[in-house]
Amino acid sequence: MGILDVKNVNKRFGGLQALGDVNLNVAENSVHAIIGPNGAGKSTLLNCLVGKLIPDTGSVMFDGQSVLGRKPFEINQMGISRVFQTPEIFGDLSVLENMMIPCFAKRDGAFELNAISSVGSQTDIVERAEQMLEEMNMADKRHMHAAALSRGDKRRLEIGMCLSQEPRLLLLDEPTAGMARADTNNTIDLLKQIKEERDITIAIIEHDMHVVFSLAERITVLAQGTPLVEDTPENIKGHPKVREAYLGESA
Amino acid sequence: MLGLQKKDASLLLLVFALTMLAPFILNPFPEGSGWAQFNAGYPDLMQRFVIFGIFAIGFNILFGLTGYLSFGHAAFLGVGSYSAVWMFKLLSMNVIPAIALAVITSGLFALLIGFISLRRSGIYFSILTLAFAQMSFALAYSVLTPITGGETGLQLALDDPRILDSISAAAGGNIPVPSLFGIEMRDSSEWSVGSWVFTFNNGYYFAAFIMLCSFYLSIRIFRSPFGLMLRAVKSNQQRLNYTGLNTRPYTLAAFVISGMYAGLAGGLMAAMDPLAGAERMFWTASGEVVLMTILGGVGTLIGPVLGAGMIKYMENILSKINSDILHTWFAFLPDGLEDFIVTIIYPFIGKGWHLTLGLLFMMVVIFLPGGLVEGGQKIAKLFKRGKKDDDGAKAADATTPAE
Ligand SMILES: Nc1ncnc2c1ncn2[C@@H]1O[C@H](COP(=O)(O)OP(=O)(O)OP(=O)(O)O)[C@@H](O)[C@H]1O
Ligand SMILES: [Mg+2]
Repeated sequence: MGILDVKNVNKRFGGLQALGDVNLNVAENSVHAIIGPNGAGKSTLLNCLVGKLIPDTGSVMFDGQSVLGRKPFEINQMGISRVFQTPEIFGDLSVLENMMIPCFAKRDGAFELNAISSVGSQTDIVERAEQMLEEMNMADKRHMHAAALSRGDKRRLEIGMCLSQEPRLLLLDEPTAGMARADTNNTIDLLKQIKEERDITIAIIEHDMHVVFSLAERITVLAQGTPLVEDTPENIKGHPKVREAYLGESA
Repeated sequence: MLGLQKKDASLLLLVFALTMLAPFILNPFPEGSGWAQFNAGYPDLMQRFVIFGIFAIGFNILFGLTGYLSFGHAAFLGVGSYSAVWMFKLLSMNVIPAIALAVITSGLFALLIGFISLRRSGIYFSILTLAFAQMSFALAYSVLTPITGGETGLQLALDDPRILDSISAAAGGNIPVPSLFGIEMRDSSEWSVGSWVFTFNNGYYFAAFIMLCSFYLSIRIFRSPFGLMLRAVKSNQQRLNYTGLNTRPYTLAAFVISGMYAGLAGGLMAAMDPLAGAERMFWTASGEVVLMTILGGVGTLIGPVLGAGMIKYMENILSKINSDILHTWFAFLPDGLEDFIVTIIYPFIGKGWHLTLGLLFMMVVIFLPGGLVEGGQKIAKLFKRGKKDDDGAKAADATTPAE
């Protein structure tokens, strides 16, 4: 029994079957990659995990509890953090403030009316955020507007924000999409380091096979909304069905 | 000082000094001189400056921090006024219970309207609040006449119960006036120096004191974790939701707080002049506070107060200039030229002050999206150039986006 258990999930958009009988089991403390051609339903599946979409049928269990019918913030408080396909950060706030918000969410829960004390007086939060920025190698940018960061740094910040909540499951939707080679390699190193340093389960959607094969312990191949195979990277590489549905296409 | 950073504390101190010295600052021209009509240091107008300042400060907590643009905030102003007048009628002419009730009822009313309107965002939220405010206006004007006085408005009467001050009411034959433990709000003392006359009005100083408290509270809110969350709502609500924060109670709390500020302003209006009418809830009044906030600088601390002062000054001073006055000003010019200049200026003054306001508003929105505050900052930067390197100034800007 894994930490995330998806059973018989179906999702239709009008006449389009975006997800058809998806079963997925992610083992605790593993890195699980989901790959598949454009439009395969990878993001749709992720949306069903975090409460952005509700599947038509099927069940999604996280650590033995159903996530269906819960709001995104409730699912996050259960221990699932998500990094989006295009970085979602607070562009108008400083980098440090960006980092403090998830720290507040971790400490105070979904709502806390703390309208009188100053942010600066919350020393535990400030320290935690500073330490997290240090870890992300972004401490020197703490006073910058987040909107002014480079795309790679935005992604780094978003990952850092998710990690500061110490989630049990981290979901990444194409974290290296649109990145230069160097940035991609940095991201791979960062994720490897994250995995080494803490107990965390990572589910990652990725097109870049270099990223997938350097990180994943298991791979699920999705095509037209249905999982084709699930196996270790070594076996996936040589799998004829996968070559046909996915790798063949990109070659 | 008072738990504020140095920069905020000096801003508060500046506002304190300006409000306390307002009777002097606003009356720079000697009585009887041609410029005397630009003097704004009379009680009625000074009271309006600070009361609308409170209204705009509160509005800015919602609009400036969360980005939710309410088009119905005048409803809370009206509710505050009605509540205060009822307190004068039933309980006592003391302004404290009247203002307390104004804040409480407007807060409850904001809770109800906010709960419903905040189900939507963007333009739909604005339209919902507008609809609610217009509904309140229509109700106050018609069905609710027993409570609101309908078209004539709610006024005091000689035979009102006023349970707490029945003794003093029996003494005189006049309707009593609002007071703070016996200090009458309408009383003023005057001080003449040469040909200058300075007026110190009790009501003004009381309202100014409340405005300073409101301003201080708003600084605390801006700098608090709650304020940070509200700014995050404006920046990226989706990220906030996926970061485990429930945005709804945050926006609702901001809505209720700003509704209470509006109610406080409405209550103070009634305390200065104990009557309340439905027109206070009309949509133009809601629009006015939007203009004040944008003109002064959305999301800045001092901007809304500046905007409120600017608009009230124009409304009361510019609108009083007529063509006769213009002719006396330009009398030194040759006749033809004098007429020509007066004709050109005339549409912008008197009843045409709205035109001037509209032009000013357009200029600010186009050239100074950050409002008058941005204008001030730009001027300050011009003077500072050379002293500091630009990078340092930019870094400082990023850390305190809301000045
Ligand atoms: N909200 C929606 N409404 C209608 N159709 C949708 C919606 N979201 C996704 N789809 C469709 O569902 C299919 C799966 O989309 P999805 O975004 O999950 O693909 P993906 O595997 O993430 O692709 P990519 O690699 O391009 O990100 C696509 O055909 C898409 O057009
Ligand atoms: Mg996708």
